[in-house]
Amino acid sequence: MTTTEMTDPTTAQENAQRDKSDRQRTFWHKTTPYWFMSPYIIIFGTFGIFPVLFMIYLSFHTWNPVAGLGTMEYVGLENYVLSLTDPTLWQTLWNTFLMALYSGVPQHLVALPLAYLLVQLGKRARHWLTTAYFLPYVTSTIAISMIFFVMFSKESGIINQALMGLANGSLTGWAFGWLNDVMPLGWVQENSLIRYSVSFVVFWKYVGFNIVIYTAGLATISDELYEAAIIDGANSWQRFTRIALPLLRPFIFFAVTLTIIGNMNLFDEPYVLTRGLQQASTNGMTISNYLYRVAWEWLDMGSAAAISWILFMVIGLFTGLYFWFFGRRGLGGE
Amino acid sequence: MKHIQGLGLALASLTLTGGAMAADLRLDGFPDYDSQLEAILGGFPEHNVDMLMNEHGGHHDKLKTNLATGSGAGDVVLIDRNFVGSFVNQGGFVDLTDEFAPYSDNFAPYAVTQGQGSDGNQYAVPVDLGPGVVYYRRDYMEDMGYDLDEVMTDWDSYLDYGRALKEDGILLIGNANAVATAYWNFNVEPGNGLYFDSEGEPLVTSDRFKRAFELAKTVRDEGMDGNISEWTEEWYAGFREGRFATQMSGAWLLGHLQNWMAPETSGNWGVSNLPDNTYGTWGGSFLAIPRQSEQPEAAWDLIEYMISEDIQLAGFQNIAAFPAHTATYDNPMFNEPIDFLRGQRARVLFADIAENVTPVEPHEGDQIAESLIGTALEQVLNDGMDIDTALANAERQIKRRVR
Repeated sequence: MTTTEMTDPTTAQENAQRDKSDRQRTFWHKTTPYWFMSPYIIIFGTFGIFPVLFMIYLSFHTWNPVAGLGTMEYVGLENYVLSLTDPTLWQTLWNTFLMALYSGVPQHLVALPLAYLLVQLGKRARHWLTTAYFLPYVTSTIAISMIFFVMFSKESGIINQALMGLANGSLTGWAFGWLNDVMPLGWVQENSLIRYSVSFVVFWKYVGFNIVIYTAGLATISDELYEAAIIDGANSWQRFTRIALPLLRPFIFFAVTLTIIGNMNLFDEPYVLTRGLQQASTNGMTISNYLYRVAWEWLDMGSAAAISWILFMVIGLFTGLYFWFFGRRGLGGE
Repeated sequence: MKHIQGLGLALASLTLTGGAMAADLRLDGFPDYDSQLEAILGGFPEHNVDMLMNEHGGHHDKLKTNLATGSGAGDVVLIDRNFVGSFVNQGGFVDLTDEFAPYSDNFAPYAVTQGQGSDGNQYAVPVDLGPGVVYYRRDYMEDMGYDLDEVMTDWDSYLDYGRALKEDGILLIGNANAVATAYWNFNVEPGNGLYFDSEGEPLVTSDRFKRAFELAKTVRDEGMDGNISEWTEEWYAGFREGRFATQMSGAWLLGHLQNWMAPETSGNWGVSNLPDNTYGTWGGSFLAIPRQSEQPEAAWDLIEYMISEDIQLAGFQNIAAFPAHTATYDNPMFNEPIDFLRGQRARVLFADIAENVTPVEPHEGDQIAESLIGTALEQVLNDGMDIDTALANAERQIKRRVR
């Protein structure tokens, strides 16, 4: 087919071909970066953007996934109305908020001074200890939660055993004797205790992450400032509150923002500790747990989509408020 | 060339029409069914069967995703009784009414009903059953001078036994919520579903649920249970150490008790009907063919094989899956004494229960009702909420959620 063209070329054809190959070259030249980026864009589009758009669509429909994609039915705002008037949604949101608070505040209150101490200790010790504190963060949440579940267990759990030991010990009995009246404590069975149990696990897992952020932050503070302060007669506490803390502000701001977002999305720890929402779920279930239940146990994808948008807005609101109050100062500006 | 093309066409048409061609099938399920399949597939040369096993929860989650997206499910899927209600009415499965019709009389009637959609068609076929029973410690009963009939006369006599046990420091049951669950599951009024009546109205404020909650609350308030969560290490230890005198469950608990939970307690146990001579069911599995399967006929061949009498018996032997096929109950195996139960011929009792359970219609809202009632029970038992309030709350939420 091409032989006729090759043996009998005309100028017009040649020009056209050269034009074409030029255009092709510029096309490839211009698009090359995008081709290199395309694996990311495709993956992000499929797993990042598409689900978000699909969820918006879904939240205005009723859909039982078991019935197949063809059974979606448009219901307007019904899912939002149903969810916003659902007492369980408010209860789980409240649970989430409390657990975020109980686990979040101590994380930073402990991580800040601990990071400061670590930095004082010198390089060697710091590296080892930071790694040790960071270890829970890189360990599987499910594994951690399951181990804590065993430790929290009522009769044989190590926590109750230790408390019993304190209560009946000859030296500690006077201070802890009252524990005998409340033992054994159902740490993960009682609605009155579950939030503290979950919060403790979350605190334990993430405190190391914050320590790492804060030690990195402290490393940016020049030694000269401390030296000048020492010369001015500042003691250790003053150096911490007057130099380290103010200069750490952007880091604190960053770490707290992550904590707010992460804690409001809390799922794994309460899910495992309530044994798949089978016990102490009234106070232990977070809003993420609840939306999972609505979606996958109750097979109501539309409502679940609406709940996740509500959660998104709540997180947006909290982070927004946080930015509003602390944003400018937090980021180091005035 | 032409010949080969002709041959290809002939082959293609053969495959399309199904016929005698061997198909590649996949069965999706959960353990122990892998052990059962490995043992029985040798006798099923018609098709090549592959299996995909996930743990119980993961398997059902995967199945939901497969049904949602219309792809990825096996040709045959195993479904737990708890999920059947929410699955059969959603149109995701092949209607097996005609295929199953010649066999249905041989299967426990209640289980056949459970596999039917509200249109009366058969979408899931029972493959094993969970006759509901109570396991009890014979030695405790003897020591206390009680006999079985006296204890199991009705629920009040059962509680009286619990009070007597408590004096001796033995718990009646690990967790009071098993008492409530047993009561509302096994006393369904004729014509009603578990949680909904035939009109789809929730029944959770009815006397059945009130009584169930009262029984469990009595057990809890009087300290007859240990408030120990089922299926935790502490629960297993409770069986091993003999802390509980009774446990309500499906017949299948026997396999767990004697194999790993408390083998050392062998000979101390017995099994009985529930108090008040109630017949009930606790668990069980079904087989179904997703509509997305490209070879439903071949898939049916596999189901037909798995529900055949011999294979049902093999399942009982291999994995203690209690047969759904009632003709198997005449097999001499059912008369064998069971050492763990001190020589009791328990399988006769299981078979009797399986044949006498009243059918209960599944409802698509069963899952929602189950978790909301579970929460209500927890609030009553652990947080001291008033029974009527908790049930009324549950009813209100069920009505909102079941659309």
